[in-house]
Amino acid sequence: MQIYLPIAEVSVNAFLLLGIGGLVGVLSGMFGVGGGFLITPLLFFVGIPPAVAVATSANQIVASSVSALMAHVKRRTVDFWMGSVLLVGGLLGSLIGVLVFNYLKKLGQVDLLVNLCYVVFLGIVGALMLVESLRALRRANRGGPLPPRKKHTWVQTLPFKVKFRVSGLYISVIPPILVGVFVGVLAGIMGVGGGFIMVPAMIYLLGMPTKVVIGTSLFQIIFTSAFTTMLHATTNYTVDMVLALLLLVGGVIGAQIGTRIGARMKAEQLRILLALLVLAVCLKLGAGLLIRPDDLYSIATAG
Amino acid sequence: MRLLALLLWLVIGSAAAAEEKIVLGLSQDEVAITASFNGSDILIYGAIQRDSPAPTDSVMGIIITVSGPAAPVTVRRKERMFGIWVNRDSVNVDSAPSFYAVAGSAPLSLILKDIEDLRYKITIPRAIRSVGSTLEGAQDFTDALIRIRAGDGLYQVLVNQVDLEKQTLFDTRIVLPSNLTEGNYDTRIFLTRNGTVIDQYDTIIPVNKVGLERWLFNLAHEAPVSYGLLSLAIAAVAGWMASAVFQALKR
Repeated sequence: MQIYLPIAEVSVNAFLLLGIGGLVGVLSGMFGVGGGFLITPLLFFVGIPPAVAVATSANQIVASSVSALMAHVKRRTVDFWMGSVLLVGGLLGSLIGVLVFNYLKKLGQVDLLVNLCYVVFLGIVGALMLVESLRALRRANRGGPLPPRKKHTWVQTLPFKVKFRVSGLYISVIPPILVGVFVGVLAGIMGVGGGFIMVPAMIYLLGMPTKVVIGTSLFQIIFTSAFTTMLHATTNYTVDMVLALLLLVGGVIGAQIGTRIGARMKAEQLRILLALLVLAVCLKLGAGLLIRPDDLYSIATAG
Repeated sequence: MRLLALLLWLVIGSAAAAEEKIVLGLSQDEVAITASFNGSDILIYGAIQRDSPAPTDSVMGIIITVSGPAAPVTVRRKERMFGIWVNRDSVNVDSAPSFYAVAGSAPLSLILKDIEDLRYKITIPRAIRSVGSTLEGAQDFTDALIRIRAGDGLYQVLVNQVDLEKQTLFDTRIVLPSNLTEGNYDTRIFLTRNGTVIDQYDTIIPVNKVGLERWLFNLAHEAPVSYGLLSLAIAAVAGWMASAVFQALKR
């Protein structure tokens, strides 16, 4: 069944979009990530204009994050105070991100920037996660003790210290704000929630306990993505509601299946799979930059 | 003697001009883009009205063009820099139609003189306006534009696709692809004799989004804040409902 998307101005198979939403839903249910880093490239692939894909993904992330956050609120694993600090940085960051996006769109380099961001960050995060989880798996097999967590890092030496009760932290507000800005910029440019960067940053940089990390990251991602959606909607008019709705429906159903698959697997196995998936997307996009394109020419219309 | 020749020429000339006229019909007056829009066919048909029998001493041709709204376009070319492929040179084309189909009753080279093409801008390269590009090889860029759009079915050259019956009735079918933009589609029909245009008929086929598509598009452009908030509200409610349903199923 073909459906004409009013903003993207292309006709796409509705079941294909439901399928993409569903696939990403399964993965986000399994791994606890928003899935923006998968959905945007997939939308490029089916012929949605990049600007519409980026803006609409941001809208879809709001939905999947709200859905996931509800479960975390019930379990009291959300540090709202820390989330708000991250959010302040995040809003500033998304503003910068969208401005950079619009500026580069004029120069014709936006596709390059989006692709480079994906390759670099997916590469780094995927590789780190793979190494870390392989090490954890080996340690689990050997049955050795966990290495002690370093309590004092350079982060502890900064001023403006604040107490974050749920996380059990007493640290400066500067690092969380910087992390927020960084993730916000990426959200604006890449159309992703940034969970796959935020989560490692919160654990390793801020030293937050793992159990509150996902809920807190989701809390802040909802607002950053919502803000990004609004910015894209008001400056570029590129949010496609019909597209978002189709992705949503698929995503909601997929997430349920994904959560059930995820519950049957070990945490290390899940992390290795996620790392491999992230690296695969990274390699695919990287190859696109390195291999000579089929057509050297491309068309851009004004507006 | 000379005066007589001039008179004769005038009489024949004006007679030839008034002799053949295009009468036109369309299978549909407008194209409505609905949610299930998946391209559309337009049947363009008509007849040549004559006061006297068709002349036999010249070659007759019918050329039909359908042109979407024109807009400036930037064509970019990738080059290898530091090992990766990056957009480098670009050429701004002042005006290129979003859609262009040209159909002829015979190969255009046989029924259309170059000078007439230049005057009426009938073939695709003529329909694209590009002036004052300083870059060397700007032609490569316009060629690429035509090639890419032709690949998407947006630029069509339909040779021998106008059926001409008994020198009088003609019809052609133009396939509009699903990735169509809105606007007024200029439709022109040319009647040529020995490659010279002797009559032209113009009409407009409006292509518009209708219903929900229209409403959403207007809302997105005229009230972007409400549109953005509405999208977010839908997203939030859908997310919340998914979670609620999931909880209910668990119990």
